[in-house]
Amino acid sequence: MSSNAASKALSSAEALEIASPTNRDHASGEERADWKTRLLSGSGFTTLVSVITLATVLFVWWAVTALGYIDALFLPAPQDILSRIARLVTTGYMDATLQQHLAASLWRIGLAMFAAVLLAVPTGIAIGRSRIARGIFDPLIELYRPVPPLAYLPLIVIWFGIGELSKVLLIYLAIFAPIAIATASGVRNVDPTRIRAAQSLGATQWQLLRHVIIPSALPDILTGLRIGLGVGWSTLVAAELVAATLGLGFMVQSASQFLATDVVVSGILVIALIAFVLETGLRHLQRKLTPWQGQSH
Amino acid sequence: MALLELRKVGARYPGSRNLALSDISLRLGPEQLVVVLGPSGSGKTTLLNLIAGFALPASGQITLNGAPVSGPGADRGVVFQQDALLPWQTVLENAAFGLALRGVPRAEREEQARRQLALVGLEGFEHRNVWQLSGGQKQRVGIARALTADPSILLLDEPFGALDAFIREQAQELLLNVWQKSEKPIFLITHEIEEAVFLATDLIILGGAPGRIVERLTLPFGRRYAAGEPVRQVKSAPDFIAAREHVLQQVFQAHHA
Repeated sequence: MSSNAASKALSSAEALEIASPTNRDHASGEERADWKTRLLSGSGFTTLVSVITLATVLFVWWAVTALGYIDALFLPAPQDILSRIARLVTTGYMDATLQQHLAASLWRIGLAMFAAVLLAVPTGIAIGRSRIARGIFDPLIELYRPVPPLAYLPLIVIWFGIGELSKVLLIYLAIFAPIAIATASGVRNVDPTRIRAAQSLGATQWQLLRHVIIPSALPDILTGLRIGLGVGWSTLVAAELVAATLGLGFMVQSASQFLATDVVVSGILVIALIAFVLETGLRHLQRKLTPWQGQSH
Repeated sequence: MALLELRKVGARYPGSRNLALSDISLRLGPEQLVVVLGPSGSGKTTLLNLIAGFALPASGQITLNGAPVSGPGADRGVVFQQDALLPWQTVLENAAFGLALRGVPRAEREEQARRQLALVGLEGFEHRNVWQLSGGQKQRVGIARALTADPSILLLDEPFGALDAFIREQAQELLLNVWQKSEKPIFLITHEIEEAVFLATDLIILGGAPGRIVERLTLPFGRRYAAGEPVRQVKSAPDFIAAREHVLQQVFQAHHA
């Protein structure tokens, strides 16, 4: 009971300290002293747990391979994967270095992403603003969106062959829907007071779109981009597994046929790493472009 | 000469057959500060939306400078209850937004915006982000933005409804100063009785369903403050208290009628 009251008094004293800007300047000196409390509280603690988890997984991986519990055919040791990645960079696999496979994959997704943004954002705006556009595009998008891209890949191959066009088109179709849907919902959810305020300042329809609606929907558009990029990346790797002569998916697929497990695992790691980098990059871009998101209004 | 005139205006709720307002007639001339007071559901916001042009009347006519109101326009500056600022713009860009839409060159529109920001006491805040401002500061940017566009009349939709009592009183004083210095007629709606009695030169009490005008009063208190009388002295004067109690009674009667 009394300790409870004491901790309450302590926490309100802390709150006062945080609120006062003059004390903040002194905080840098005290920061080092109580790094332990900082580490064991809030998001720092979560990060610590994550790091320990990853380290444990890595250690178990190393241990089971070093102790010979699992054959290298099924799971190569982590240090072997590292040296394989180094060799993939210098000498490569299947007539191409890791960079060339990576570049081929990134080029495909980049091209598809560019085309998707160019067409999906205007489509989404139209769906969000016009009942007619919504009536036209909603059923079309809802019809093809739930179908896994690999299910219509054979049809695309029949129509467009097995060249680059088919792969880029497949990724484009996978990315288009999430971006268009996110843009449409962003446009629909623009605060109506914001629109009225701009109208009362004399905004024309075009100015409303350009200066109010699109910037207001930007956080949703960027979220759509992030989802699209995730979907696109998995579609890309899957498409390359089916038909390609270059690309990360192709590298993994052909290595598996020769039971080169170390190449397979290396490829998977690189695919995971790229997905992580793309996601983090877009998150960063989102924070930078829309810093007001998540702030109190 | 009346700037704004409403003649026998009636309105329906959007998408409904029910009348929100019936038989509203009022005039607003220069140097007037008309406050419309009424409980929630009395049609106050509908009335402001009609004048702003966000909705059209079901009957009657609204004219501004003799021309019928047919939609929103820059001749009526609107300040909303919740701030409708653009968070990706700075305070200065927000304040200058109306002139930017008209294609006024940057230097000129920013000079105008700076002048209005100074009028609402936000000198030195020009380059702040609006999402880092307090509620009261955001409302002041909203007022400056409406003024910079140089409308013939200022419409305020419960502008201080979300502010706490202390900030609210300061905001009321600020509004009277703005009213006096900008020489713009003001149309304000509120459900706060003391606020209405203090600010209004002309007070209109709405009541009933559909909402109609139950009383019109001409009040001296805002002018007295503008002439230099201290705010607490005005608000604690016997005639202010009497007026406040009278209005309170009217609102209650209208509410239970």
